[in-house]
Amino acid sequence: MKALLFLLEKEFRQVFRNPAILRILFILPVIQLLLLPLAADYEVKNVKICVVDYDRSPASQRLVHKITSTAYFKLVDFTDSYAKALQYVEYDKADLILQIPAAFEKNLVRENTSTLFIAINAVNGVKANLGGAYLRSVIQDFNQELQTELIQLPRQNLHPVISIASSNWYNPLMSYRLFMVPGIQVLLITIVGAFLSAINIVNEKETGTLEQINVTPIRKYQFVLGKLIPFWVLGLVVLTIGLFISWLIYDIVPVGSLVTIYVFSALYLIAVLGLGLLVSTFASTQQQSMLISLFLMMIFILLGGLFTSIESMPPWAQAFTRFNPISYFIDVMRMVVLKGSTLYDIRDHLFKILLFGLALNSLAIWNYRKRS
Amino acid sequence: MQAVEVNNIRKTFKAGKSVVTALHDISFGVDRGELFGLIGPDGAGKTTLFRILTTLMLAGSGTASVDGFDVVKDFKQIRKRVGYMPGRFSLYQDLTVQENLSFFATLFNTSIKENYDLIKDIYIQIEKFKKRKAGALSGGMKQKLALCCALIHKPSVLFLDEPTTGVDAVSRREFWELLHNLQKQTITILVSTPYMDEAGLCDRVALVQEGRILGIDTPEAITKQFDQVLWSARAENMFKLLTDLKAQQEVNSCFPFGQEHHVTFNGSEENARLVETRLNQLGHKSVRFEKINPGIEDCFMELMEQHKKS
Repeated sequence: MKALLFLLEKEFRQVFRNPAILRILFILPVIQLLLLPLAADYEVKNVKICVVDYDRSPASQRLVHKITSTAYFKLVDFTDSYAKALQYVEYDKADLILQIPAAFEKNLVRENTSTLFIAINAVNGVKANLGGAYLRSVIQDFNQELQTELIQLPRQNLHPVISIASSNWYNPLMSYRLFMVPGIQVLLITIVGAFLSAINIVNEKETGTLEQINVTPIRKYQFVLGKLIPFWVLGLVVLTIGLFISWLIYDIVPVGSLVTIYVFSALYLIAVLGLGLLVSTFASTQQQSMLISLFLMMIFILLGGLFTSIESMPPWAQAFTRFNPISYFIDVMRMVVLKGSTLYDIRDHLFKILLFGLALNSLAIWNYRKRS
Repeated sequence: MQAVEVNNIRKTFKAGKSVVTALHDISFGVDRGELFGLIGPDGAGKTTLFRILTTLMLAGSGTASVDGFDVVKDFKQIRKRVGYMPGRFSLYQDLTVQENLSFFATLFNTSIKENYDLIKDIYIQIEKFKKRKAGALSGGMKQKLALCCALIHKPSVLFLDEPTTGVDAVSRREFWELLHNLQKQTITILVSTPYMDEAGLCDRVALVQEGRILGIDTPEAITKQFDQVLWSARAENMFKLLTDLKAQQEVNSCFPFGQEHHVTFNGSEENARLVETRLNQLGHKSVRFEKINPGIEDCFMELMEQHKKS
């Protein structure tokens, strides 16, 4: 027990003496939390639109005005040649073309129906999808206006109209920040818990100090605990910094209890520390452990539900996310921060992360024994 | 009971598909309080042997004991009793001299104070740098710190793996003086080195080559084993001299040795004169042959030659 204390003392001393580690621990979370939530925003703005108007009527002008008055669209050009408009798309100056046919207004008034044509540049799938959808909804709106104006009589609507009123629960303004910030905190804790710890252990291997430790009476479990406990503590420190920043900058105060967050984080850290230990048993140089970490991190992030919703992934990817500890933590953070879930509500997640902790740590210890 | 006993230790490594044998069933013993040298070129298997004896590696077959404890069964006991200084500097570069020392002291459940008298001679030389990080020390200072750390728990057996490799000549001599002082404290010391000139500073040496022990004895006895007359040869063109000497029938062996070549001849001493005149005929200028006393390196070369022939 006394030996473990000395190992911990040495470990903390080294951490606080290493400017790179300190920077990673304290500046990295600040920068990530300041920049990423602002940049990682799914709302598509400034869709570049080119309008081809063969009609040049008050109705067509009204439509164009309606489109450009929203924040989503930026009018690139207003022309009377489809070929010219297509050129804009080809040079990537326009994302959408709206073509208004000649006699658009005439047909509307006389025959009560008219057509519009939308051409979408689908190179950027997300932008094309959302841009097209926005445009359609603007036109829908325009359609509704026309109906009320043009068809004065009869008073009763000919077609039944269902109007929809929606209210957004837990995130009334549908702010992406509220949704992204807790997720990014999970990434930060994972980097500290799994990957910094792995790199630190491998560093001892690389410099030969592990060998020097191995010829002392120190037991392996003491050495491993001496390595993992500091990173467990540092992980919780980074969580605290993250929560503080999200309160300070984004005014995000968890609806749920902080205790719930800390209890889950403490367990989660044990699981990812096991992962770090496992990585360290495979790698013999820091470079190797960095590359393994990078590879794992990419998979964890992209299949973790941070940027894309897990429910919309293909079934095989959804199955994979069940083996991704990050996805559980992101889920829990969002549940607690936005919804105010309690420990009881996240009991399933707690149980699973406990299983992860057991599995990863036993695997790491088994592999550690085998290789030494 | 000897301080170190090695019986038929064999160790093989897999290198791709082939198997490399690092140690071929070697056996030897080291007495208590002895300064024992393992002399051999790089790749002879010295480090492997040290790693087996310090319980960092398991031998393929054979048994070994250190301070009476089996290296496999009683590894925990051995780890309490041995000091190991690896060939590469393996202390914490980001901790200071003092922190490193007290860290290793606490790992052995002791303190710097308790065994200060043992390391005093060495420690006073680095004490003025005690607040400096170990990574910022010079090579010789690092060596001294590593020795302090290996000694801090008063080990009964000390393993030093190539402690003088990459250290300047003055520091090397100092280091050996330190070892002789330690020996007086009844610590058994095993030291490995690729430098033949250091063999004479050991009580006994084992000459190791390709995982085999070629000879094991006191340095004096080993040089006495050299049963031929050794000559040193010099001429103006040393390189041509070497090839010409090797071409002579009467020459038994010829090795370059710094400023001169060491030569042995077949048959009687007459042959030396014979070769000398022949070399003069071949156009060599100021050829000089001199009888000299063989050193450890000459013996090692000869043992190697014998080993190759058998």
